[in-house]
Amino acid sequence: MAEPDHRDRGCPVGRDEERWGWPDMRFSGFRLVAEALRGHSGWKPLWRDPAPQPAYDVVIVGGGHGMATAYYLAKTFGQARIAVLDKGWVGGGNIGRNTTIIRSNYLLPGNEPFYELSMTLWEGLEQELNFNAMVSQRGVLNLCHTDGQRDSFRRRGNAMRLAGADAKLLEADEVRAMAPFLNFDNARFPIKGGLLQGRGGTARHDAVAWGYARGADVAGVDIIQNCEVTGFDIDNGRVTGVQTTRGPIRANTVGVAVAGNSGRVMGLAGMRLPIESHVLQAFVTEGLKPAIPGVITYGAGHFYISQSDKGGLVFGGDIDGYNSYAQRGNLPTVEDVVEGGMALMPMIGRARLLRSWGGVMDMSMDGSPIIDATPVEGLYLNAGWCYGGFKATPASGYCFAHLLATGRPHEVAAAYRLDRFARGHVIDERGAGAQPNLH
Amino acid sequence: MLIPHPLLGPRDAQEFTYLGDARLLERPDPAAENAEARFCDYVYLRDNPAGVHRELWFHEHGDRSWLVVTRDTVTHEILGAELAADVKGAGA
Repeated sequence: MAEPDHRDRGCPVGRDEERWGWPDMRFSGFRLVAEALRGHSGWKPLWRDPAPQPAYDVVIVGGGHGMATAYYLAKTFGQARIAVLDKGWVGGGNIGRNTTIIRSNYLLPGNEPFYELSMTLWEGLEQELNFNAMVSQRGVLNLCHTDGQRDSFRRRGNAMRLAGADAKLLEADEVRAMAPFLNFDNARFPIKGGLLQGRGGTARHDAVAWGYARGADVAGVDIIQNCEVTGFDIDNGRVTGVQTTRGPIRANTVGVAVAGNSGRVMGLAGMRLPIESHVLQAFVTEGLKPAIPGVITYGAGHFYISQSDKGGLVFGGDIDGYNSYAQRGNLPTVEDVVEGGMALMPMIGRARLLRSWGGVMDMSMDGSPIIDATPVEGLYLNAGWCYGGFKATPASGYCFAHLLATGRPHEVAAAYRLDRFARGHVIDERGAGAQPNLH
Repeated sequence: MLIPHPLLGPRDAQEFTYLGDARLLERPDPAAENAEARFCDYVYLRDNPAGVHRELWFHEHGDRSWLVVTRDTVTHEILGAELAADVKGAGA
């Protein structure tokens, strides 16, 4: 994979060459001891809080995938004068409202190489950012309950291995050795085995947001918080800037990465998208002693669970199923999710729920994302992440940065085109058709 | 959520299956000149508003009628419901 040469496009390197000194060692054991002795009065904010300048080369809307985009754009692709606009605060959007799972266990050739790139970026993320994102490769285990499901898992595991990912098909006794607490002999859905991706696991979502924000800030990116985009300036089919709650900002290139609100934001540019917004709930129990070894997913219902390092069981299930921007769901879905959990692992029945929340998802028409140019010149779109946006954060940022810097899609994201629906080249992992609440 | 069924009164939304935007009632004419592009819009593109949304719900565990429900996607408040047959018959 050849990196584009930024000099070809006349882009200066970072404004402040010295600030590119890497890694940026603001944390050390010595510093921790020194700060403990002086009442922790010497810590500085991890990123600046600048007012927006009148103009930038690139404006990125959205501080989740958008922050990763800005980081790779500034660091790897040598762009300069970049701003990230977030309507709230860093880490306050969907990057802080997920179940923190990372994995690359997809079937289709349009998807699997992309998610495997993301997994390799996760594996090097903490060294890359010099920030503890608590990436923990504790394994992702998908359980199968019928012979047919085992066959489909075998096929998926082979597809993963062809794309360079790891996958291991487990028999029931191997699953039992890993997770003896599961309900193996459920009369309706006995556990027949599972597909294990050992390199999958979890990462701390807030730290991912903070690590990318600090990295982007050090590379010269302006992070503009509490700055909501209220309109696009489009002149003769070309974007020239954005209108925001903090005033107009001119830009040659605008990248929109606001999954959950893509329909709303791109509507400001006069576009309708192949996306519906839906609410997905997630739950955390009180802290318990270590019980669940990795991420476990139920193959007969929709339920996935892991245990955080604090001890809370973190789990989720289906979306509520109707269009929603509410960031909260309703009780029937809560009941459905916990029923799945009880069917799979009855031992969690006495755990008490500590909190639950809802995140708004861009549910696309084929269940796969979009990273592409739009009919408006200079306006680019990163959207449609459905349930799977968090694990995609590094590759989404990297590939979107590639697109913004070169105007061409990155090779592993080449299938994520906006016009694939019109062309009939959908990437439908679930095979559910254009019915977003079934993906 | 309770859906005010025009014939049966308030019913739990759990009895219904959700389809999506009520514009799905307006199927394009397959004989029209630009039918392919219009069907692509019809199948794949959505307004996806944050606010009032007219949408199709099927009373699967009830009288098996299709309803057009008007609902706020930000608050989940249900503002009304009509029989889809009436809406379609009115040429909406």
